[in-house]
Amino acid sequence: MPEFWINMGPQHPMTHGLWNMKVKVDGETVTDAKPEIGYLHRGYEKIMEVREFQKNVVLTDRLCYVSSITWSHAYCLAVEKMMGIETPERGQWIRVVSLELQRIASHLMWLAAYGPDLGLLTGLLWALRERELFLDLIQLMSGARMNQNYPRVGGVRNDLPENFEAMCRRSIEHFLKKVDNEYQRVFQESKVFRMRTEGVGRISAADAINWGVTGPNLRACGVDVDLRRLDPYETYEQIDFEPQVWHDGGAGDSYARFICRFNELRESCQIILQALEKMPKSGAYRVKAPRRAEGEGYAKTEDSRGEALFYVIGDGDDRPYRVKIRSPVFCTMAATPLMLRGNKLADSVAILGSVDVCVGEMDK
Amino acid sequence: MSAPLVPNLFNVCEVLTLAIVWIVDQILYGLASVIPPLTGLAQWFDPAYRDRLLLTPLAAEPLIIVITWLIAVTVIVIWATLFNLLTMMWVERKFYSRLQDRYGIMISIWSLPFWPFNRTRRPTHRGTGYLQNIADGVKLLQKENITPRNADSAMFHISPVLIASSTLMIFAALPWSSGFYVANLDLGILFIFAAFSLAPLGILISGWSANNKYTLVGGLRAAAMLMAYAIPMILCVIALVFYTGSLNPLTIVRQQERTLVSLGPIGIPAWYIFSPQILGFIVFSVSMMAEMERVPFDIPEAEGELVEGWTTEYSGMRFGLVFGFKWLRMIAGAALITILYLGGWSGPVFTTLYVGGVPVPIVPEEAWFLLKVYLVSVVFIWISWSVPRVRIDQILNIGWRKLIPYSLATILIAAGSIAWGVWAVG
Repeated sequence: MPEFWINMGPQHPMTHGLWNMKVKVDGETVTDAKPEIGYLHRGYEKIMEVREFQKNVVLTDRLCYVSSITWSHAYCLAVEKMMGIETPERGQWIRVVSLELQRIASHLMWLAAYGPDLGLLTGLLWALRERELFLDLIQLMSGARMNQNYPRVGGVRNDLPENFEAMCRRSIEHFLKKVDNEYQRVFQESKVFRMRTEGVGRISAADAINWGVTGPNLRACGVDVDLRRLDPYETYEQIDFEPQVWHDGGAGDSYARFICRFNELRESCQIILQALEKMPKSGAYRVKAPRRAEGEGYAKTEDSRGEALFYVIGDGDDRPYRVKIRSPVFCTMAATPLMLRGNKLADSVAILGSVDVCVGEMDK
Repeated sequence: MSAPLVPNLFNVCEVLTLAIVWIVDQILYGLASVIPPLTGLAQWFDPAYRDRLLLTPLAAEPLIIVITWLIAVTVIVIWATLFNLLTMMWVERKFYSRLQDRYGIMISIWSLPFWPFNRTRRPTHRGTGYLQNIADGVKLLQKENITPRNADSAMFHISPVLIASSTLMIFAALPWSSGFYVANLDLGILFIFAAFSLAPLGILISGWSANNKYTLVGGLRAAAMLMAYAIPMILCVIALVFYTGSLNPLTIVRQQERTLVSLGPIGIPAWYIFSPQILGFIVFSVSMMAEMERVPFDIPEAEGELVEGWTTEYSGMRFGLVFGFKWLRMIAGAALITILYLGGWSGPVFTTLYVGGVPVPIVPEEAWFLLKVYLVSVVFIWISWSVPRVRIDQILNIGWRKLIPYSLATILIAAGSIAWGVWAVG
């Protein structure tokens, strides 16, 4: 049979979002792959230049619609650095809590999408069921389930509600029970799941670094990179947590990526519990930010999918002169042909699902 | 032993046919009073007139026999599709919904638009959901039937017919009890397998003819997988034939009705699952799961990578046919497992009452059979909704490297146990 190209997308159940993975197959074996992106390009960096600093938070929320707070936070951090203002301590702690809640919600969305990729629809509904808990917490905190518009330049929009801490603890306790019992059994300990994910989509640590893969995908290759630990922002340095790195053999495959993300669910829960404990119970959560600013601000944060980077230049006006966004998925996507080559066609789903694609931030 | 509710489907249908013929005959007599030449035709259908002329009785006329067979086949088709297919789809959809912590389908008789009672106190989405599948079928019937521009139209349209008709053919030889069957073939099991293995051909044809890369890959996968898994299935049956000495489902079930060993008041029946054929049962069930294209083995239409596999290009009721008939194949597969290994319709308790000398089954054989079939199906559904799908090369590995050696081993075990007298033939 001659080799031929198969379009995995743009309208295809495999693509989470709107992009096209062209896969060249020889029978069932993938010989080449070519990601085609840009279907969702909205010109973010340009439209951010015509909006005021604060109003851009609404846009950055929509960079990745399942991980809004982390992106808005990265932007706010860059603008704060440019303006030279410092978030009050309680504001920083609230930000940490909101970031980790958002990370869990985002990872659960990834888990929910990964289940049906492998033919396990039950995984989708279970993960979405627990995601509701965290969306409820985020709603309690910010008033919205999606596109929260919660971080502000100089802090967060509002203080935590009164009973937030108790609600948070209760949800996390319930969630950890589910993770240890249900998810672990249906995903991690399932023989069929391991058959599908182990050893497929392997990428070496050197390749991953050269292609700019970051975040859980790089940690799955055995590289201990976590900006929360290496370049702590907010109050992460006061929190005792373990970046989830794959240490065993067989690094860089879909299973390692799954395990890293899966364990991050637990780790994020621990971070939230610690943050709730160490957080000052009262105080300012926001400082007033100047309307105009001049200078350069540069912030990189550990987003749910890797290293998010914002570079903001102000020229003394009330809106940025130039904004540069570095999307982790954009770089990871360039490395996917490396992971795909030599695997089976059916594996392309198991691989692309495990790198956690979010088209919103990839196409910007 | 329990008795069948339908002692003999042919006799029941014969009574039905003769009743219909009697009504037609009365109409013919009425017409004959206006159109005199019809009198002869009316008299031909008249049992009393035939008696007087010493003609063969009406029931022995070839025409009547043919009509009776047609009615019997119709009864089985309606029974299989309108009752069992819908029920099985309902069971599956309800079961996996509960597995996934949700209510599932809820369209029921309360949702009908012409329901005469107070609608405000009867919300449309509150019910058991049995009518959801009918609603889905009606929706599919309303949809446009699209043929892709470059498809091989004849082949594209033939293959749903081939798949549907070969699936229905299974039910010609599949007994539901010792009386409720269309045909009692000596080689019934063989016929069922022959009908079962026609569907991969239809899948291959549809995958090829739609002229779409997804359907092509799906069709080729289906052909590779279904053929790989038909072999261990047949080999397991060969092993079982060492015990049964027959391929007639009625005979096979009758052999399993005796008691194997009594543990106090509980008699363990001589089902073949309790024989050394337990290995064969496992291999047969796994292969059957692949033949049904259920989830760990639903590679032909892996919706993750191949959109909908070989069914991608079908729309409207053609899609409904190829999609819905998978449940019919599932019923047939579960029924085969039940007949071959789980004692068929033999009930574990005596359940026949004699009312004035007439045996009345309290729990008829059909009920036992359906119970077992649905239990087996629920186990399949349960498994298929809790595991991811296996990759195609892993599936073929399992089929060729594991199941076929195991099924060959079952033949050895069967031959050995017969030779050393562990299990008596028949």
